[in-house]
Amino acid sequence: MTILLDRATAVLVQGITGKIGSFHAKEMIDYGTNIVGGVTPGKGNSSVHGVPVFDTMKEAVEKTGATASIVFVPPPFAADSIMEAADAGIRTCVAITDGIPAQDMIKVKRYMRRYRAENRMCLIGPNCAGVISPGKALLGIMPGNIYLPGKVGIVGRSGTLGYEAAAQMMDLGVGVSTSVGIGGDPINGSSFRDILELFEADPQTEAVVMIGEIGGPQEAEAAEFIRDHMRKPVIAYVAGLSAPKGRKMGHAGAIIQAFGESASEKVEILREVGVAIAPTPAEIGVTVETILRRAA
Amino acid sequence: MDIHEYQAKEILAKFGVPIPKGALAYSPEQAAYRAREIGGKLWVVKAQVHTGGRGKAGGVRLCRSEDEVSDAADELLGKKLVTHQSGPAGKIVYRLYVEGGVSIARELYLGFVLDRKSERVMVVASAAGGMEIEDIAVEQPKSIIRVSVEPAVGMQAFQAREIAFALGLTPAQIQHAVSVIMGCYRAFEELDATMVEINPLIVTDADEVIALDAKMTFDDNALFRHPAIAELRDKSQEDARETRAADRGLAYVGLTGNIGCIVNGAGLAMATMDMIKLAGGEPANFLDIGGGATPERVAKAFKLVTSDANVEAILVNIFAGINRCDWVAEGVVQALEKNPVKVPVIVRLAGTHVEEGRKILARSGLPIIRANTLAEAANRTVAAWKNDKSSHIKAVVNA
Repeated sequence: MTILLDRATAVLVQGITGKIGSFHAKEMIDYGTNIVGGVTPGKGNSSVHGVPVFDTMKEAVEKTGATASIVFVPPPFAADSIMEAADAGIRTCVAITDGIPAQDMIKVKRYMRRYRAENRMCLIGPNCAGVISPGKALLGIMPGNIYLPGKVGIVGRSGTLGYEAAAQMMDLGVGVSTSVGIGGDPINGSSFRDILELFEADPQTEAVVMIGEIGGPQEAEAAEFIRDHMRKPVIAYVAGLSAPKGRKMGHAGAIIQAFGESASEKVEILREVGVAIAPTPAEIGVTVETILRRAA
Repeated sequence: MDIHEYQAKEILAKFGVPIPKGALAYSPEQAAYRAREIGGKLWVVKAQVHTGGRGKAGGVRLCRSEDEVSDAADELLGKKLVTHQSGPAGKIVYRLYVEGGVSIARELYLGFVLDRKSERVMVVASAAGGMEIEDIAVEQPKSIIRVSVEPAVGMQAFQAREIAFALGLTPAQIQHAVSVIMGCYRAFEELDATMVEINPLIVTDADEVIALDAKMTFDDNALFRHPAIAELRDKSQEDARETRAADRGLAYVGLTGNIGCIVNGAGLAMATMDMIKLAGGEPANFLDIGGGATPERVAKAFKLVTSDANVEAILVNIFAGINRCDWVAEGVVQALEKNPVKVPVIVRLAGTHVEEGRKILARSGLPIIRANTLAEAANRTVAAWKNDKSSHIKAVVNA
């Protein structure tokens, strides 16, 4: 088992005819992802990389039975595409698009609440690297070759820092069950807490690496969940020790605006609930290995 | 994106928020003329800078004659205003706003923010206006009123009334306050603001409710649909390097250390800075060159980082996913051949096509210090910086 995604998951690519969508569709197909089609309004009845293109998500889901989608639609139209996926009955949607207005995301989150919890779409991102279940399927833009299949879950905001962690683990022979990039935006789909809950319930996952950063309340929220509900060990790193207050560090959401949003405060909150803290970003892999050995 | 007080007031006035009579001035003569136009016997001359805490730093002057207005303007124009929020570099005053004085019966606080926890717009109000909200939160936390707005329907009048009554306003003042609160919310929502702050919102002896100060910040990601707002950008208030970077599609934040950083990805860039700090150095900047790090982008990044006179060593840290290390290596070599730098350059490449990338660096014959891991990269950078702060690095350390 893995979370969110496995070999059988049928995937639609929203924005498949664009340059970026088409490039990554190919990468995902090559990795083994079950891409069953794509959607670009007005480009229906054509095909890309041998899969059919549809005009609407509703039609695409009806004809292919897809349960997951990945969004490469440009920022002005991306929120609309995410809502279209939710309405078409998609269960897992990864939004790669960077630059979606925050108020659009507020609308998306509100729209998704129209559905009962059991029918509600799980949104990952936006502004994220996506999801990979190594050796099975890729629903994202990460390089597949740096992930060894295994039993450690990864959840992080940043794409490249997630790659760094996975590569450090691979060097030590530590594999990954699923890696999830939740993205760097202030208002996003799934939070750290949401993904931790999935990992806690996943029989393949034995430990979780959580890679946070400055800004926002989600690491603190995750700490509460870890304290009250998690039995699997959690290893964490929080980036941005040297980030000044009030300055946006690349990600729209990476900005210290309130108490508890700095890296050192977040580290303290996580340490208090028993999370193993990687002392430096170069020691994420080693810390995971130590914790796994101790647990065994 | 931040805008000036006078711009925020013009916008809010269009949404029905009362503001004092005022006008913009670029010279002492113009300021005095504006005072005469406005009329009355009391004026306030306010420095227009993108930072808070102007009052305490002497950026707001109360004047009782046209001569005083002219003198205040003369002192303020061209002055570097350093406030507790501006950072040590301060902000230079190029524009002044001259306003008619108003009689103040009460000072209130009114703010609108995007609340990341509830994922909604949150209204924050307090009867303790004039103080900064951070101080109100510490000194009078009970005075803070919070109301969150349901995104499906937007702010409702009853919510505005609840806030107004909680602020202790009288029946004669309530309707005025409600239209101010509703007007601010509409401006926030329609223009994709991320923050609207009226501090103080004042009540006059005549029961009017007026925005005496105003701050607005807009969502950079939404500027594409608000061209009129995008035009309000004032580059003179931004860090010149950051402006140059943003114009080239790079995310850059200038800091005060000596080690320049060129990294792909925001999280890895922050982690690289953390590593430098932990290795005993201080980063000179945050710089994310993004996913498609083409040779051109790498060259631009080098130019940007070396334009900072404090930079005494440069660390390039690229984890190539979509990217390819050989392309990045080409970029580094081209940039250094075209514009040789006088400080040590450390390059760490990982990910796609890493071997080809490392070969390109080795073949170039350039004095590039190579590193394979993040830890090596940070340690070698700090060591190189300490060993050789001024002259060319002679030895090529092979990774």
